[in-house]
Amino acid sequence: MEKFTTHTGIGVPLRQSNVDTDQIIPAVYLKRITRTGFEDALFSAWRKDPAFILNQAPFSAGSVLVAGPDFGTGSSREHAVWALKDYGFKTVLSSRFADIFRGNSGKQGLLAAELAQDDIELIWKELENAPGTEVTVDLVSKTVICGSIVAPFEIDDYTRWRLLEGLDDIGLTLQHEEDITAFEATRPAFMPTTLPARLS
Amino acid sequence: MAVAKTLAEKVWDAHVVRKGEGEGANAQPDLLFIDLHLVHEVTSPQAFEGLRLAGRKLRRPDLTIATEDHNTPTLDIHKPIADLTSRTQIQTLRNNCAEFGVRLHSLGDAEQGIVHVVGPQLGLTQPGMTVVCGDSHTSTHGAFGALAMGIGTSEVEHVMATQTLSLKPFKTMAINVEGTLRPGVTAKDIILAVIAKIGTGGGQGYVLEYRGSAIRALSMDARMTICNMSIEAGARAGLVAPDQITYDYMNGRPHAPQGAEWDAAVEYWNTLRTDDDATFDVEVHLDADTLEPFVTWGTNPGQGVSLSAKVPSPEDFGDENAKAAAERALQYMGLAAGTPMKEIRVDTVFLGSCTNSRMEDLRAAADIIRGRQKDPNIRMLVVPGSARVRLEAEAEGLDKVFKDFGAEWRFAGCSMCLGMNPDQLEVGERCASTSNRNFEGRQGKGGRTHLVSPVVAAATAIRGTLSSPSDLDPAPESAAIRTDAA
Repeated sequence: MEKFTTHTGIGVPLRQSNVDTDQIIPAVYLKRITRTGFEDALFSAWRKDPAFILNQAPFSAGSVLVAGPDFGTGSSREHAVWALKDYGFKTVLSSRFADIFRGNSGKQGLLAAELAQDDIELIWKELENAPGTEVTVDLVSKTVICGSIVAPFEIDDYTRWRLLEGLDDIGLTLQHEEDITAFEATRPAFMPTTLPARLS
Repeated sequence: MAVAKTLAEKVWDAHVVRKGEGEGANAQPDLLFIDLHLVHEVTSPQAFEGLRLAGRKLRRPDLTIATEDHNTPTLDIHKPIADLTSRTQIQTLRNNCAEFGVRLHSLGDAEQGIVHVVGPQLGLTQPGMTVVCGDSHTSTHGAFGALAMGIGTSEVEHVMATQTLSLKPFKTMAINVEGTLRPGVTAKDIILAVIAKIGTGGGQGYVLEYRGSAIRALSMDARMTICNMSIEAGARAGLVAPDQITYDYMNGRPHAPQGAEWDAAVEYWNTLRTDDDATFDVEVHLDADTLEPFVTWGTNPGQGVSLSAKVPSPEDFGDENAKAAAERALQYMGLAAGTPMKEIRVDTVFLGSCTNSRMEDLRAAADIIRGRQKDPNIRMLVVPGSARVRLEAEAEGLDKVFKDFGAEWRFAGCSMCLGMNPDQLEVGERCASTSNRNFEGRQGKGGRTHLVSPVVAAATAIRGTLSSPSDLDPAPESAAIRTDAA
């Protein structure tokens, strides 16, 4: 995973709550078997509307998405994170993220930064008044800077550490393989296995 | 004296391979062992590819099972899948399962079906287990007192490689539902009312435990309906303590323990309940006695009202975000504030999905429509949750009831819940759906979804407008719309 320390880029105000993962990437795009190439799929239904924010310069070149509360609800599809990254987003700011989306982001190096809704509103106004304003998201100091606005954000320490170091989860876990093997030996005999298969 | 724990905490603690260092908000995640990993074609290809690229094995094929559900057609299943990308994705799953030694139930197999219907039906989902799947509706399996949650594809790969997951401890929320449901009111109405009450973000960071006399009275199929939609309230997992109803469901299923192992299992399962003196971080109460059939009017599952109510106005919402969301939802749904919900005419009725496609759901709908006529302008799709459910329903003659009524009797899969196969809504088409998500475009681009229970779906198919069984003339016998375990 790529390390994330700080990022500066054009902010995109998405004034909408409950942006579910079906909106971020509709199911029709989930038939692919690759992990990349989803940039065309991002918000594909909404992008058909010329008035949609990503169809307007300079927002179309944005890399910091500033969204309403409950971002990433619904389906667990990690494709939502892949699509945001493939389009060019490095970070999403919201006052509340859905749990699975937040987890998926952390695995893929997309920073999900949780800000107070009041700060989100201030940033929205700034970005709408001065389109093209760059937003700096600094993971080291857990701070967002947008024009004259300086706002703190929340992220759990473990995810922050993994993002800063660019660490691979599976590699980290396999350092404890002996613990897994020891646990497996204690699993009760009555618990089921899928193999050998038993059928009705 | 042991520390009092909730059910979710007990299951969690029994699966800790390695405790994360640190305390409170700064604690590292715990490493939890995963007892059952369910796999389907959509969220697994990139995970298998990751294993292959890293030269890793799948650690426990014997705790892994796959089926084909999201992409599968529900007609002509013996022909090659017409959509090339769907066909490729399913073929990729078949190749991957063969390569990594994973048990797979393919289209045409009697055990194929929606992954969350298949696991319980085979007896693979059991109390006290940890169950994961690259699918947010994995919360369904919580109905057995299992800690079950949806995961992303990176986590799917992690479970494949290590049979564990790194997880931060959850907070706990009790959903207390006391009282007795009235005839025509079902588990689906309970969960829709819960979501409307706590909101789509209300459960974020929590595991929900559904409790109270109304929950205890529910069958396993009904409990699965409730736990299924925990994610729609923002919770990754929701569960119900196992009891005699659970054991009766389990007993005799292919992978249920037998003989002495059954006795050992029951002894353990009996410990799986929240201690009397344990405390939840949050408690929510819902009155089952006064609950009415519930239906959504908007584009997220929290935008719901009683079926006897009217479409709300954006002005009804104090919060600016909720107001804007309501305005947008009404526009998308093509609805005017103040319209009685029961005057809304629908085009399609979908009976299916991991929420409501089990035997009890099909029986409840069949009991409503038996001997009646479908509104001629409505198309109705009935999609059993699994090939096994389809077979059982046919053995009871339910297929004939649906066909005589004028509904389409289909093969098993996710179908119109998310329209990854040809079962989709057209632009502007309105659907009463027993599924779980009314998001914009979820059932097909421009499609409009109202989430309902199976009995409301059935009554709607008869009348053509959103309807409850009590609107039918003559009214159905109450026994015909029972939804409890009796």
